[in-house]
Amino acid sequence: MAARLMAVAAVVATGALVAGCGGGPQSGGGKVSGDAIKLGVITDLSGVYSELAGKNAVEAVQMAVDDFKKKHGDDAVTKNIEVSSADHQNKPEIANTTAREMYDRDGVDAIFDVPTSSAALAVATVAGQNKKLYFNNGAATTELTGDQCNPYTYHYAYDTYMLAHGTGTTVTEQGAKQWYIIYPDYAFGQDMNRSFTDAIKAAGGTVGTADPTPFPNDNFSTFMTKAPNLKPKPDVLGTMQAGGDLVNVVKQYNEFGLRAKGVDLAVGLMFDTDIKSIGVGPLAGTLFTTAWFWNMDDQSRKWADRFMDRTGTRPTFDHAANYSATTQYLEAVQRAGSDDADAVRKELDGYKFEDFFARNAQFRAADHSVTHDSYLVKVKSQDQVKEDFDFTELVEKIPADEAFRKASDSGCKMP
Amino acid sequence: MELVQQLFNGLVSGSFYALLALGLSVIFGMLGVVNFAHGAFYMLGAFGAFVLLDTAGLSWWLALLIVPVVLGIAGMVLERLLVARLVRLDPLYNFLLTFGVALILQDLVRLRYGVASQPYPRPALLDGSIDLGLFEYPKYQVFVLVFSIVVSVLVWLVLARTRVGMIVRAATERPELTRALGIDVRRFITPVFGFGIALAGLAGVLAAPMRAVNSSMGADLIIVIFAVVVIGGLGSVFGSVAAGYLVGMLSAVGSLYVPALSQSLVFILMALVLLWRPAGLFGREEGVHA
Repeated sequence: MAARLMAVAAVVATGALVAGCGGGPQSGGGKVSGDAIKLGVITDLSGVYSELAGKNAVEAVQMAVDDFKKKHGDDAVTKNIEVSSADHQNKPEIANTTAREMYDRDGVDAIFDVPTSSAALAVATVAGQNKKLYFNNGAATTELTGDQCNPYTYHYAYDTYMLAHGTGTTVTEQGAKQWYIIYPDYAFGQDMNRSFTDAIKAAGGTVGTADPTPFPNDNFSTFMTKAPNLKPKPDVLGTMQAGGDLVNVVKQYNEFGLRAKGVDLAVGLMFDTDIKSIGVGPLAGTLFTTAWFWNMDDQSRKWADRFMDRTGTRPTFDHAANYSATTQYLEAVQRAGSDDADAVRKELDGYKFEDFFARNAQFRAADHSVTHDSYLVKVKSQDQVKEDFDFTELVEKIPADEAFRKASDSGCKMP
Repeated sequence: MELVQQLFNGLVSGSFYALLALGLSVIFGMLGVVNFAHGAFYMLGAFGAFVLLDTAGLSWWLALLIVPVVLGIAGMVLERLLVARLVRLDPLYNFLLTFGVALILQDLVRLRYGVASQPYPRPALLDGSIDLGLFEYPKYQVFVLVFSIVVSVLVWLVLARTRVGMIVRAATERPELTRALGIDVRRFITPVFGFGIALAGLAGVLAAPMRAVNSSMGADLIIVIFAVVVIGGLGSVFGSVAAGYLVGMLSAVGSLYVPALSQSLVFILMALVLLWRPAGLFGREEGVHA
C-alpha cells in the first residue's frame, strides 16, 4: 500500500508538476470588424521563456501599436488596433488551438512571437491553412523557412543558421578546429547541433563528438569529465543548452576548470537574462551571436530607454524584434490600405527596410526569411560593466546577406 | 578510469538525492505523509542562501547554518498548522495539501524573482580542484560529497545510538507497534517533520553554488527523489541514503553510455525493484502488508 502510494506519487508528480505551471489562454472576444486590425501575441507567459519573451513581448507589440497611432494620427488606415495575448506554455498542441481560436473566432489578422520551435511550427501550419499572417520572433528553427515554409509565415528575428554561422564559423576560423558539442535532446537542440556542425565543417573544423543531454538537466559532470579526455582533445566545448540548463553548464564548466585544461567555451544561444543569471565573471570573453543588443548604438539605446520606462527592465532581442515586426506589419497595412492578408503579403514580399532593430533588412520573397545584419559579440569582463545589463560588446558585424542561409539552399517551395 | 570518474560524478549528484530522500523517508515513516513540498523546500534552501548573500552579504558558510534552521522551523509550523489536521484522514489529503504548498511556494518565488536563475558564487575557500590520486576533481564537489556522507552518518548515529533515535526509528519502521508499547509518538512528529525539511533546505544551500538557482529547480528534482525512496525501501533510513548514491551513479554512467535512456533509467530501476522486491531494496517485506 505504502510503496504503491509513493510510486503513484512519482508518476503523478511527473504529469502534475509539468502541467501545474501555467494559466489558461486569455484571448479576448470580439467579432471581425472591417474597421479594426487585430494582433495576437502567442508567447510563454509562465515558463522558462517568460523572461526573454513573455509579457514584455506583449508590451513591445502594444508599444509599436501606440507609436503607430501617434505617428499616423487621423491618416491611419484605422484607429482601432487591438492586441490580445495568450499563454501557450511552450506546448505545440496549445499553440495550435490558440492560433485557431485567434484566427477563426477572434478575427485576429496577424500573430506574433511564439517561442519554442515545435510550437512555432504548429502556428505556422495554422497560418498557412487559414491564410492569415504569422510573424515568428521567438523560435529558432530554420524549418519555418525550409521544408515547412508557407506564404503566410515570416521568420523575423533569428534562426539557428544565423547563430551557428556567427559563432561556429568565427570561433573555428580563429583556430579552434576541434569541437565537442553538447545539445539538449529536443527539436531546438537537434537543429542547433546540425546547423553548428555544418558551419564548423564549412570553416575547416571538425565536430569530434556531439552528445545529446537530458532536458531539463541539473548535472552535466558526465560531459565535463568526458570533454578533456576525448581523443583528439577538443579545443572548444560548444553548448546548445538554453535557460536554466545553460546556467548549469556554465557553472559546472567553471567548476571543472575546463578553460585551464585548454577547452574553451562557445555558447549557441544566449540572452542578456542568461548572462545576468550566471554573472559576468564566469562568462567573461565568451563569444556568441545575437540578432541585436540594446546598447549597440544610440538609436537602439533610445528605444531601450523608452521600453524600460514602460516595463522597468531592459529589452531582449526578442522584445525588440516583436516591436519591429509589429511596426513593419502595420506600415504594410497602411501602404496597402487594407488588412487583407494577401494584400499585405504583396506589400511585404521583397520589401527592403531599416529600423532600430533590423538593419539592411529585407522580407525575402523566396522563403520568407527576414534577413538583416547580425552581430558576433563577446561578454565583457566585470570591470567593463558600467550599468545593469551592460554585458556585451561588439566583435564583428555579420552583413545581412552572409548572416542568413541563402534562399536557394533553404529547400522552401512556395506554392 | 573514465568509468571510475563517472561513478564519482554520480556519487556527487547522489549526495543531493541521498539528503533529500533521507528527509522524505523519515517524514513518510513518521507521519505517513508523502511530502510533495520537499522539492520546494530544496529550492527555498538555495534561495535562502541567495537572499542572505544578496541582502545581508552573509557568506555561504553562514547560510549553511542559518537556512536549514529557519526552514526547519518553517517546516514545524507547516506541520502544526496544516499537515497535522489531515494526518488522520486518507493519505491523499496530505498528498494534495503538500502539492498545493509546493505550487504556492514555487509561484511566490517566481512572483518575486521571475523564472530566470539567480547568480550565486562558489565559496572562495572551495575554489579550484584537488588531486584525488586517480584524477583531479573540483574541491567544491568533493566537499559536497564528504559533507553529505558526514550528515548521513551523523543522522544514522543519532538514530542508532540514542534513545530519541531509537523511538523515532521504531516509530518510522513500526508505528503501530511503537504506539502499542505506550510511547507517545506524537511528541516526535513535529520535530521530525521539521528535521526532514531542514535536510531539504541543507541540500538546497549545497546546490546553490553549483546549480542554477531558480523557482523550478525543486520541481525538476522531486520526481527522481520519489523513485529513490521507493527503490531504497519505504521507511528505511539506510535504504534511502544508499539508493540516493546508487541512483546518482546509475544516471551518471547512463548519460555517458545510453544518453537517450538516462532520464528513464531510474524509473526502469524502480519498476524492476518493485517487481523483484516490492518493499524496496532495504525495506521490510512485512511492512508492505501492514
